[in-house]
Amino acid sequence: MKGARGPGAPVISGPTRAVEQARHAEKPFQNPAGGRPSTDSAAASRYRTGGRNTPLAARGEPFVWLTGAGLVVATLMILALLGLVLVNGGRTFWPRAIAELTLTDGTVLLGEVTRTERYRPTEGDIATLPPAARARLILDDGWSRRRLLRTGNYDLYGEDFRWVNDHSIVSERLPADAWMIERREWGPAIGRPAALTRDESTVASGAAQILEKYGELHALTLTAADRIHHLEKDEIGEINYASEKARLAVRRAAIDHGEGSREHAAAAREAAALEDEFAGRYRSLQEQIATTRQENARYRFVVREAGGRVIPESPGAPDTPMLVSQVVRAYPANALGTGGRLMVYLDRWKEYLTWEPREANTEGGVLPAIFGTFMMTVLMSLAVAPFGIVTALYLREYARQGTLVSAVRIAVNNLAGVPSIVFGVFGLGFFCYALGGSLDAFFYPEKLPAPTFGTGGILWASLTLALLTVPVVIVATEEALAAVPRSLREGSFGCGASRWQTIWRIVLPRATPGIMTGLILAMARGAGEVAPLMLTGVVKLAPELPFDGHFPFFHLERSFMHLGFHIYDVGFQSRNSEAGKPMVFTTTLLLIALIALLNLTAISLRSRLRRRFKSDNF
Amino acid sequence: MDTVDDLQPRPVEPLVSPRIREEVADLGAPCTHPEVALEKQALEIDGFSLWYGSTQALFDVSMIVPAGKVTALIGPSGCGKSTLIRSVNRLNDLIDGIRISGTMRLNGDSIYAPRVDVIDLRKRMGMVFQKSNPFPMSIYENVIYPLRIDGESRKRVLDETVERSLKSAALWDEVKDRIHGSAYELSGGQQQRLCIARAIAAEPEVLLMDEPCSALDPIATARVEELIFSLRDDYTVLIVTHNMQQAARVSDFTAFMYLGRLVEYGPTKVMFLKPERRQTEDYVTGRFG
Repeated sequence: MKGARGPGAPVISGPTRAVEQARHAEKPFQNPAGGRPSTDSAAASRYRTGGRNTPLAARGEPFVWLTGAGLVVATLMILALLGLVLVNGGRTFWPRAIAELTLTDGTVLLGEVTRTERYRPTEGDIATLPPAARARLILDDGWSRRRLLRTGNYDLYGEDFRWVNDHSIVSERLPADAWMIERREWGPAIGRPAALTRDESTVASGAAQILEKYGELHALTLTAADRIHHLEKDEIGEINYASEKARLAVRRAAIDHGEGSREHAAAAREAAALEDEFAGRYRSLQEQIATTRQENARYRFVVREAGGRVIPESPGAPDTPMLVSQVVRAYPANALGTGGRLMVYLDRWKEYLTWEPREANTEGGVLPAIFGTFMMTVLMSLAVAPFGIVTALYLREYARQGTLVSAVRIAVNNLAGVPSIVFGVFGLGFFCYALGGSLDAFFYPEKLPAPTFGTGGILWASLTLALLTVPVVIVATEEALAAVPRSLREGSFGCGASRWQTIWRIVLPRATPGIMTGLILAMARGAGEVAPLMLTGVVKLAPELPFDGHFPFFHLERSFMHLGFHIYDVGFQSRNSEAGKPMVFTTTLLLIALIALLNLTAISLRSRLRRRFKSDNF
Repeated sequence: MDTVDDLQPRPVEPLVSPRIREEVADLGAPCTHPEVALEKQALEIDGFSLWYGSTQALFDVSMIVPAGKVTALIGPSGCGKSTLIRSVNRLNDLIDGIRISGTMRLNGDSIYAPRVDVIDLRKRMGMVFQKSNPFPMSIYENVIYPLRIDGESRKRVLDETVERSLKSAALWDEVKDRIHGSAYELSGGQQQRLCIARAIAAEPEVLLMDEPCSALDPIATARVEELIFSLRDDYTVLIVTHNMQQAARVSDFTAFMYLGRLVEYGPTKVMFLKPERRQTEDYVTGRFG
């Protein structure tokens, strides 16, 4: 077709004549070359100059455009989604300026402007306005602007955020001496530091001096705070763990040998001896913690909020200034240069990636969630790979291809379309209650009625997701197996190999890249799934990671945190949803990055396998 | 890429007029030249018939494959020569809906008796296919595959086998420096010779070749033919070929098959110069096929 439209196509009559002829025939003008006087030769010319007579639809260009447009739309949507997540997630931690607003009623506010929107004040609002503001409103067609100010100081104000209307502002500036102070509790505080004190005597006052001395004192108290954290979490945790173990040993002895038996008495004696030892260690640890606390309590940070009140150590004691050790991070927001802001930004990312969550997950880090997501995905892959591959092997290699196998295949494909929450319900009913319940009855009777495996846990969540993703693996594996040429199998059989030897040595290695593709798809689906996890083991805040130093190191019965659930929880379930919103994007960014990382690992593994079979000529 | 259906091949029935069909059916027992009977037998096929479902593909084939000679099976497409050679090592067992009657014996041992260990049987034969089919592994591993699946792991034995087989397959000099490289890096002709090396690695009693040169260029074909010619001293070769000149060049005996029947079987020279039956003459002189 293309050739006929090239320069070689014979153009016999000129365009003018063609127009004449077309008009004469009262037919729509089609093409100049076709316009020859004799009908006979016109018919003949249609073949010679076919390209010009062919309707556009038949030539197919519109479909090239249509399909191309489809690709462009899909690509743009993906890019837009990634861009949105990247921009919103990336800027969450960037330190914002602190504005000082003086309102018409005399109130002074300090805070970060987090959102701006146009709105239409109600009639009632307008009536209360001074005439100048009313005139401005009318000029702007009844529209006004309001901004959401993050004022912090939840302990003093009872709120973190406040809408401020433009027409109620008298003056506005960015004070250089305002500090953003992130605290371990009560959210951030925003105010003007007045002094740093040790044992109630001032060690620093005035902006420059405070900035200089703050770093030093903060580092000092941070070391002490870390020490308290270590003592509370690790040392006391160790005692609790050992004491619980001793208690369970006693119960175990009672169950195995009977109440009052010799073994039971021995276990009880041992437990009592241990208990004494633990009590002693516990007391000494508590003393250490108390001394460190006292040491930290010597350093206080006197900060005044916008209205002049001192930000207290706790709402119960409004007159004691807060402790330096309560501060996570503090910086004079408006006095920072770009370098300083970048330092704060990176430090926040570090905290986010390596800390545990604080403040109902809206602050602190997400390390447990990252770990939980990663471990669950790995466990799921470990479960789904052998299960799916073995199933597909039987279906493709051993089963007689007939109605039954076709029915099984259809059922497997349909399984992929079942809503994931249904798998969650199944996982809860079968894995957690039925299977886990029996495991508890057999192996952990001493802990009952507290469940061990009989409740949601990372193992059950992983198995549920494995069940959810197994159709993907089966289908991909079957296709990969079918794509192994028959000539290879026959070659192997011809050498005297059994069916299993052929599968193991020839078919599986050849099909591995295809199987890997299925696994990658399954991982991508499983890592992003949330609904079934909510029923089978994900929690808002897990006290312990499913991996620690206690034998057997991996505690598969423990509940865990997951980035996907974290997004839902932070964004929609927390008390302070306004503070959580930016974290939604950051966590999404992290989840996407984590899944991409897992997939890239699998893809690079696959391409390495593919290289082994390169330049094959089948 | 092979599809799912490819796992179960179905025979193509040649389009032949009913008159010819009847003519061939009327021929009755194959015309076997007396010279064949003088040879020592390696493989004996007796009254062998085969059905794919309801389609009969082989009709009462009886022949003797002489030991230490090259025997060629010729005939037009769909005449059953590949089916016959694949029946010898029971590769057709892998296809659903196959039915057979008659017997085959490899050096006196029945091939189709009910208690035969098919895997052990296949180990006594080597097979080379139409399309070269090296396995996705190194050249070395390809050659020793029949030994590996037998559990052989003594390095000395394996090394010796590789060298002997590759030398017999006239491939040793070309690949000796890269025997641990991928088999897929070899050319098409080299790959086919590698498959021959693999087929003779376990010292088979019979070497079956199913159109081994049909996918090769003339130069590679010439090398493989030379190789087949040189293998005749040590191995019994049964080769299916589409190419009459090839049969004339490499074989000692030739069997002509047509429409699932063995029409005529005798020494290659006689078959090509003075065939007894008209159909054979028509085929070898190129009148059909």
